[in-house]
Amino acid sequence: MAGAGGGGNDVQWCFSQVKGAIDDDVAEADIISTVEFNHSGELLATGDKGGRVVIFQQELESKNQPQCRGEYNVYSTFQSHEPEFDYLKSLEIEEKINKIRWLPQKNAAQFLLSTNDKTIKLWKISERDKRPEGYNLKEEDGRYRDPTTVTTLRVPVFQPMDLMVEASPRRVFANAHTYHINSISVNSDCETYLSADDLRINLWNLEITDRSFNIVDIKPVNMEELTEVITAAEFHPNQCNTFVYSSSKGTIRLCDMRASALCDQHSKLFEEPEDPSNRSFFSEIISSISDVKFSHSGRYMMTRDYLSVKIWDLNMESRPVETYQVHEYLRSKLCSLYENDCIFDKFECCWNGNDSVVMTGSYNNFFRMFDRGYRQDVTLEASRESSKPRSVLKPRKVCTGGKRKKDEISVDSLDFNKKILHTAWHPQDNIIAVATTNNLYIFQDKL
Amino acid sequence: MSEEIEGTKTTEETVVNDQNEMDDKVISPEKVEEAKLKARYPNLGHKPGGSDLLRKRLTKGQKYFDSGDYNMAKAKVKNKQLPAATSEKSGGGEITGDHIPTPQDLPQRKPSLVASKLAG
Repeated sequence: MAGAGGGGNDVQWCFSQVKGAIDDDVAEADIISTVEFNHSGELLATGDKGGRVVIFQQELESKNQPQCRGEYNVYSTFQSHEPEFDYLKSLEIEEKINKIRWLPQKNAAQFLLSTNDKTIKLWKISERDKRPEGYNLKEEDGRYRDPTTVTTLRVPVFQPMDLMVEASPRRVFANAHTYHINSISVNSDCETYLSADDLRINLWNLEITDRSFNIVDIKPVNMEELTEVITAAEFHPNQCNTFVYSSSKGTIRLCDMRASALCDQHSKLFEEPEDPSNRSFFSEIISSISDVKFSHSGRYMMTRDYLSVKIWDLNMESRPVETYQVHEYLRSKLCSLYENDCIFDKFECCWNGNDSVVMTGSYNNFFRMFDRGYRQDVTLEASRESSKPRSVLKPRKVCTGGKRKKDEISVDSLDFNKKILHTAWHPQDNIIAVATTNNLYIFQDKL
Repeated sequence: MSEEIEGTKTTEETVVNDQNEMDDKVISPEKVEEAKLKARYPNLGHKPGGSDLLRKRLTKGQKYFDSGDYNMAKAKVKNKQLPAATSEKSGGGEITGDHIPTPQDLPQRKPSLVASKLAG
């Protein structure tokens, strides 16, 4: 069947655009590390291992081509983070952008938070399309006029100029994390945000950089007793007192900041019971949650572990309400995936605008979509081969054994270096951004 | 399988019985993979996924550069007497300051001045 997609089983995904270099020789700095649409979907930001942020803006729909949604073109690009060296601890601090989160728009400018392992920065992106001209005391080039030549009063007037998009760092939130920051999340109150590292979660006020409150601390007194770390954290989309954090042991804790200042005691603990007879050396590793995302409605949350995506009802802690297998065929490859470290890959996941479909990445540049209502799933591929404008993506299928049908690919032929870890879904429309190692693909549904 | 069926059983029960017996004999793919791993790495700790892995994760990014060790190593090259002194001290064993990174060994930490290719 053609494809699972938002709102029906008749959605067909088409190639729209691809950004990035074609050559196979990928520089480490070009590895994409995060992708995020802003709240309106007009802007799409990417961060990379080289500490750079690129923001794309959707063009207004052209009246000539009503069948096409606007294309995304470069709007702004800047160096967000630079490599640093902590001399005290002999610790190299990577400039890789771990996460970007947009603030809801309040005025003409756009704001986003970007973070590396140690420092979060608030960036302001603003447009300038006019400049004052005709100063009384200055020439056009800025030199001051000879005062004796000034005989009349001239008031400067704003004249239009070519659009200039400027990015400036407005706040730097530093020195609050001993361990590596894995998540940032803006609160629905638009005043605060949280940042989470392996063992602690801090609460910040967007205006205040010299102070943050520690709200979760799971560091054991004796580090030898360390059994789990925090892997992701997110604020509830409309309850400003509620946030969740996931762990390397496959649990999710929901915390209420009204209960106490330090939220070490969870309000809810979400954990799926495990059959002890099925336990293996790999059980805990593959149960580690790599991403947690609330639904837009705030009723559900989705978690991604190595092999599956789970949907949880916030009212039920005992088990997920839905479980989707992303690439179950990898269960019999865990030994090699452990040896090549792929078992530690951190895949993200995302919801579509109306929470009816979820998406996540896999290997071989495959990505998967699960339609919750129609109970359908589809595997698609981000590749240059299927990148003719508006060409419909053909569903892909992995053959798990026995006879391989034509067009199927066998598990052993999968390229484990081609991983799709980061995907994003437009907040309203069926437009998705899928990041391969160093390319950004944009797909749209066929209108 | 047929020898395990006793008496007169309906076809359905027979099928169910067969299935149960088959399950007992089939090991989960995860356990098969675990056996493979243990065969290749017999010294692998019995703490699955435990604190060793976690602590490795927490210490990601550490590059040690000790100026004392570096200067000792530099001096060792210049002054041949030094290696003897250090090996006496450490009981004739390892020579310290030998395998630590020097500034030349550390990868260049220049910031990215090149624009992202996504913006190209």
